[in-house]
Order: sequence, then structure tokens, then C-alpha cells
Amino acid sequence: MTNFLLQGNNLYCERDRRILFENLDVSVSAGEVLQIEGPNGSGKTTLLRILTGLSDAYEGELLWRGKSVRKVREHYYQEMQYLGHAPGIKQALTAAENLRWYSVIHGSNSVAANDEKGNKRIADVLAKVGLQGYEDVPCHTLSAGQQRRVNLARLYLSSATIWLLDEPFTAIDKSGIRSIEKLINEHINEGGAVVIATHQDLESVPNLRRVTLSGVPGDR
Amino acid sequence: MTGKHVTFSGLFLAMLKRDMVIAFRHPSDLANPLIFFLVVVSLFPMAITPDPEYLAEIAPGVLWVASLLATLLSLDLIFQSDYQDGTLEQLLLSPQPIYTSVLAKVFSHWLLSGLPLALISPLLAMMLFLPAQAMWTLVLTLLIGTPVMSFIGAVGAALTIGLRKTGLLLSLLVLPLYIPVLIFAASAVHNAALGISVTGHLALLGAMLALSVVLAPLAIAAALRISLGN
Repeated sequence: MTNFLLQGNNLYCERDRRILFENLDVSVSAGEVLQIEGPNGSGKTTLLRILTGLSDAYEGELLWRGKSVRKVREHYYQEMQYLGHAPGIKQALTAAENLRWYSVIHGSNSVAANDEKGNKRIADVLAKVGLQGYEDVPCHTLSAGQQRRVNLARLYLSSATIWLLDEPFTAIDKSGIRSIEKLINEHINEGGAVVIATHQDLESVPNLRRVTLSGVPGDR
Repeated sequence: MTGKHVTFSGLFLAMLKRDMVIAFRHPSDLANPLIFFLVVVSLFPMAITPDPEYLAEIAPGVLWVASLLATLLSLDLIFQSDYQDGTLEQLLLSPQPIYTSVLAKVFSHWLLSGLPLALISPLLAMMLFLPAQAMWTLVLTLLIGTPVMSFIGAVGAALTIGLRKTGLLLSLLVLPLYIPVLIFAASAVHNAALGISVTGHLALLGAMLALSVVLAPLAIAAALRISLGN
């Protein structure tokens, strides 16, 4: 009996008659980081979208705590946080409004309320990603890196067990990367798990395993 | 594991508030269907005839076709921007019931497109010399019929979301489904102008609304999963 949190067995996926990966086994257990590497176009984002359960374009078996994700989708989503390729924030809304909306749809009411406590929590979290004072600034006036940071701030508010992160360091500066690595370390120390697609060497992260997608084009 | 569910109204209101705030920060999107409605309706007297009797005859049809097209024009707004910035996939990945979120999104679409059309319609009806006794029926059919069109249209919008050129395909998908609404609503207004009872028509429109509130969100959620799944 294994105690993997998330497990993909014998995954197969093709795009436009090109095999992205086949016979791929990925797994991550509590306290562990799984890094997905591979050249551009090798299917890192596709694999992550499959692992979220968003994409159905695969064959094979995907298990959350030993049960098929298709069957326990709702339980899985209660414990899963996904930061995708897209910015994931509404340009017209302020940083605080974006975070508040996320806290409602993720069912954590800690900052949902527009009261003193909620506002303070949001200010704290934004300060942690280097955006103190930006609570009420509409996101379309922020730079690409700052918008990325608003999205990353969700991780500080997250109570999810597993994080699936797709290129979280895009447009983030060096000190930002260090603090995200620190956050990842804290998360796995508390028994969480992380699946991350990135080209960064995650030097400071212990318990790191790597999966490399070859990206070698294979015809069907 | 404690359940991380917010209440139905909590989620519904949060979604509604979000879409409203976004819409009111882009007022031009907001005005588009309304201006389209105004322009189309005001072209008819110029193109056909300014004769009051003739205009009164065609007014129910003109008003309803124009509002149908205005709704069709605004369907893109429901999911497109959420799809592009990635918040739509986040919504699908949240542990909250997608039914509620979709219901809120369609409702806010109606508040921003159908409701203004219904409210401004008496003005345009006067311009077309629609008899005064049909005025309330016109507003009522629009109040019942436009949400039905928002719901049906949202199914089509959800299905075509990943495609690059959605305009024509969306119209082809959705227009045939709008026809029952159009027939019953326009003939209700017509009957009201003639002084005939319209209870039956309104009841049928109401039934369509009830059905679409219950069933459309399920279809929309399924369509979104398909569209985002590949």
C-alpha cells in the first residue's frame, strides 16, 4: 500500500498526432516536491492540466489518495490549489478584490469579509509578496511581475494540501523567487506537497524529485 | 477534512458582485447591446414607413427581433474574458458547486443586457406607436424572455469558448433555440395590442424560464468542462 497523495500511472497523451508522453508514471507524496522539467513544447503545461483533472485528453490512471480523480473530484479540489499559465487575475479588479474572490470560491472565509480583520490579512499577504500599499490599485495598472505576485499571494492564503504550479517564477525577480522557494519549503515541512513545472534549479528545496519530459517528437 | 463550503447565497453574491464591479469599470461593454437595440429599432420607421398604423402592426415583431439580436451580440461577454485571463479554469477547479457560480454569471449577464432592454423598451414602443394596452405585456415578455435567452445563449457561449472565431457558429447554435421564445413573446405582445388575453403565452414563457433556470446551468457547466478540457 502506497501513501502517495497524487499518482498518475501509465499516462499517455498526444497532441496533433504527436505523442507528448507515454508510459509516464508520476507521483508525489506528502512532504515532497515534484519538479517537471523539459524543453518548451514538451508538454509540461499539458501534464499539469491533466494532473488538475481539468484536461480529459489523456489515457491512463490518475489517483488522488488512491482513488480515481474522476470519482473524488470534489474532495480533490478541496485540497488542491492550481496556479496556471494564465495570470489568473481580473485586470479590472484590485489586488484585494481578486484575493477576496478567490477566498470565496476556495471556501476559506478568512479574508472574504470586508472587515478590519480581513483587510489586515490581505495587507499582510500582499506585503509578503512585496506589494504593500497596492491593495486598492486596479491590477491593470500593475506590471506583469506585480500581477504575477498578486496571483502568487494566493499561496499564502491557501490551506490546500497540494499545490500544482505552472511556471510560477515567470516575470518574478530574484528575491521574489527566493521567497517563493521559502514558502514551498514551509509548505512541505507542514506535510504539504508541490508539483511544479519550472526551469529554475530549486537548490534550497529538499525532498525534490524530478520528472523530465523528453519533448522528442514521436509520430503515431 | 472539514468541508470548505460557503453558503449558496455567499457564493452567488460574491460572483454577482465581482461581475458587476468588472462591468461597471468597462462601461462601454455595458452600453453596446442597448445602443444596438436603439439603433436597430429606430431604423425601421425610416426604412419602411412612418405610417403609425403600419408601425403599430409590426412593432411587436421589430422590438422582439431587435432585443433578440442585441442579446446575441452580448453573449461573448459572459465567459470570454474569464477564459482568457484564466479565472474560468480556476472557477472549475474550485470546490464550490459550479451550478451556483454559473447561475450567478448568467444572472449578472441578464442584469447587464436583458434588464436594460426591458426597461427602455416602452420608450421605443411609443416610437413605433405600439398601443398603450400592449406596453405592459411588452415589458413583461421581455422580463421573462430575455433571461431565457441569456441562459440558452450561455450554453452556446460555453461550447464555443475555445474557438477563435465564435460569432457565426454561436449564432447558428443559439438562434434556432431562440425561436420558441420569439414566437410566444411576439405574439403575446401582438395579442395584447388587439386586446386578446395573453395569459397562456405568458405561462408558456414562464415555463421556459423555469426550465432554463433549472437545466441550463447544468448544460453550461458540462459545456465549460468540455471546452476547457482539451
